Amino acid sequence: MSDATPVPEIVAEEPPAPALPTPLDGLAEAFPDVAFETSAAGQNVARVEASHLVEFAQAARDAGFEMFVDVTAVDYYRQRPGPRYDVVVGLLSLQHNTRLRIRVGVDGDVPAAPSITRVYPGANFYEREVYDLFGIDFTGHPDLTRIMLPDDWEGHPLRKDTPVGSVPIQFRGTHKVQ
Amino acid sequence: MADPPGFLTATLDKVANWARYQSSWGATFGLACCAIEMMHTGAAHNDLARFGMEVFRASPRQADLMIVAGRVSQKMAPVLRQVYDQMPEPKWVISMGACASTGGMFNNYALVQGVDQVVPVDVYVPGCPPGPQSLMHAILTLHEGIKSGEFVRV
Amino acid sequence: MSDETTPEDVTSAPPDEAPASERERRQLQDMWAAGTEEPSWVTASTAEGAQLMLPRDQASPAEVAEEGGTLVADDRLYDEEQYEEETTILNMGPQHPSTHGVLRLQLELEGEIVRRVKPVIGYLHTGMEKTGETLTFLQGPTNVTRMDYLAPFHNELCFSLATEALLGVELPPRAQAIRVLMTELNRVSSHLMWVATQGMDLGAVSMMIYGIRERELLLAFFEKTTGLRMNHNYIRPGGVAADLPDGWEEDVAGIIEAIPQGLDDYHDLLTHNPIFLGRTQGVGVITPDECYAYGITGPPLRAAGIDWDLRKAQPYSGIEQYDFDVPLGEHGDVYDRYRVRMEEMRQSLGIVAQVAESMPAGDYRTEDLKVTPPPRKRIDESMEALIHHFKIFTEGFKVPAGEHYQAIEGPRGELGHYVVSLGEATPWRIHCRTPSFAAVQALPIMMADQLIADSVAIIASIDPVLGDVDR
Repeated sequence: MSDATPVPEIVAEEPPAPALPTPLDGLAEAFPDVAFETSAAGQNVARVEASHLVEFAQAARDAGFEMFVDVTAVDYYRQRPGPRYDVVVGLLSLQHNTRLRIRVGVDGDVPAAPSITRVYPGANFYEREVYDLFGIDFTGHPDLTRIMLPDDWEGHPLRKDTPVGSVPIQFRGTHKVQ
Repeated sequence: MADPPGFLTATLDKVANWARYQSSWGATFGLACCAIEMMHTGAAHNDLARFGMEVFRASPRQADLMIVAGRVSQKMAPVLRQVYDQMPEPKWVISMGACASTGGMFNNYALVQGVDQVVPVDVYVPGCPPGPQSLMHAILTLHEGIKSGEFVRV
Repeated sequence: MSDETTPEDVTSAPPDEAPASERERRQLQDMWAAGTEEPSWVTASTAEGAQLMLPRDQASPAEVAEEGGTLVADDRLYDEEQYEEETTILNMGPQHPSTHGVLRLQLELEGEIVRRVKPVIGYLHTGMEKTGETLTFLQGPTNVTRMDYLAPFHNELCFSLATEALLGVELPPRAQAIRVLMTELNRVSSHLMWVATQGMDLGAVSMMIYGIRERELLLAFFEKTTGLRMNHNYIRPGGVAADLPDGWEEDVAGIIEAIPQGLDDYHDLLTHNPIFLGRTQGVGVITPDECYAYGITGPPLRAAGIDWDLRKAQPYSGIEQYDFDVPLGEHGDVYDRYRVRMEEMRQSLGIVAQVAESMPAGDYRTEDLKVTPPPRKRIDESMEALIHHFKIFTEGFKVPAGEHYQAIEGPRGELGHYVVSLGEATPWRIHCRTPSFAAVQALPIMMADQLIADSVAIIASIDPVLGDVDR
């Protein structure tokens, strides 16, 4: 990335529209310090602090986001001034036909985020996958072990400072080109 | 490599090889997309049973051909080796598809770059996935090799 | 850990001192190759250490609840204390004819009854999300199409829609209609493979032959249109790779005529067959609450009675113009999933008929030249076209910074791609939220307290594709 390109904004710059769909209204009231945004393509995103994640998830579930969709993470290694990782939780409300994406900033030498398996048991495997591939600890997870990689694997491949691990391909019968 | 056979054992050799290639039963080792094409090769349209490969045995103890169909991840490699070791002699391996032969388009941390790093391979089939005709060509090539004594495991 | 024994010594002798725990005993087991030399780099046995199921007395209560499928609804049928000494932990897979791929299940059995299930996955982990970060957005579909290899068009569509949402391009109606045509045909071909394997797993071995016989018609059409029978890389950001071939209307008409006859045959063979009914009714039940908690969507959710189909609720690619019903089940068991998928095939063929009838003329990809390559013959004529072609295929088009989660209704449920772009030609992060991953996680709920023979039926009924699970 050249130095001339500014650090990109992840969400749209204009402030969120004042009229939110019903479940998000209640959540915005109950959690005044959570930033609700609308992404450039019109999706609901909420930035939540790690310490409030479980509470927020429980409130979201009570407000109508009954279906658990996804837990993943993004590694913004040296791309932005804030925390290095964002844990992204996806929720879906069938009754209101709306989605919510929760972003939690996580940082540190041993990054840790709270586990939402108490609220959505289906987050179990997803959090294990994020632990496996990113190295983010989920406190309160019942069985935080690797899931995709062999148990004795060292390292966390999806981190940006881990290379893709490609093997140089050599062809016999061609001259080595420097 | 086997010693050149004498005049009596030459005929016995031919008979043994004939029995082996006319009824090589595969071990089910379908891993990914190539497994689907392997299933298609065994099904009605491209029928493998007419070449003697009547069934695919789930137990490697009863199989003599292992078609590694699909990408082999680092986690799967010991399992692959174990299944190969459980097969009794004589046994052959076909590496089906680009991922099994060389790692395919996934040149990364997760895959073994070519199944021949784990098991000895007799025939490689290119393709992503190789169609049933390619796989049949490979199997027939293997049969020719067994018939001529080229693929011999002692 | 492993002894340096000669090939004559075939016994794998365990160490002299008794292992401290079951976990350690598993970690000490050797893999011995009779008659062959063990390759030096393979020192790992196939035990996966902490990922395996622990015996009941060593597992935490949370793990026991998860593996017994009682986290959401405690519907145990057993008496907890009674059988602590009587259970066995059995390993099923990863190489198994009925696990639909390299799925490893650890089952705690009490006789023939499964009490706890722990899926161990990752045997097909391909690092596709990492590879996707090294490929351009145009190359992205080649990567993601190999995830769910039974429904490759759906993977490509999801990725293309996510990219187009970030790009902000509009597609011409013909491109959208072609996408709907191919994805609905793909749904039919995926369900045909499902019914083939479901039948075969339950013992109706000839179902494999029949299902694949019908599937060959579809694959021949795919090959004619896209060049490949599977993993087509046809649906790309900006449209589709090429227009439909000449004579496609006859091919599609032939498919629409032939496949329902096959479906009628399967209906006659299976739907009222007492053996099939006995093996599938009441087996593998999952309730809507459990589906919500675990993120189960698609046919298992609809078989549980919930009317949720993303093609109706959050439509994409112009599918709202077509008339179709969403079949619903009632009990959430294997039989209802079977009925739902069989009816879905007919509905998809109905959509295909409507698309074929009303296929709009026009471009098969967007006009925006920064995104789609120019037609080949124009490269000879125009310098600009040549430069565009060059830039798109070497550098790739840059996608504006942003993030987007695009979800579509795949044959297995909600397939979602979460794409984060930082303004470059390659995505910063792609994550694929796959339906089979959630379904495999919910296997304990469906398999607990059922017979081990039912577990095969249950795995077939959720239709997992391990490429989807492991990526």
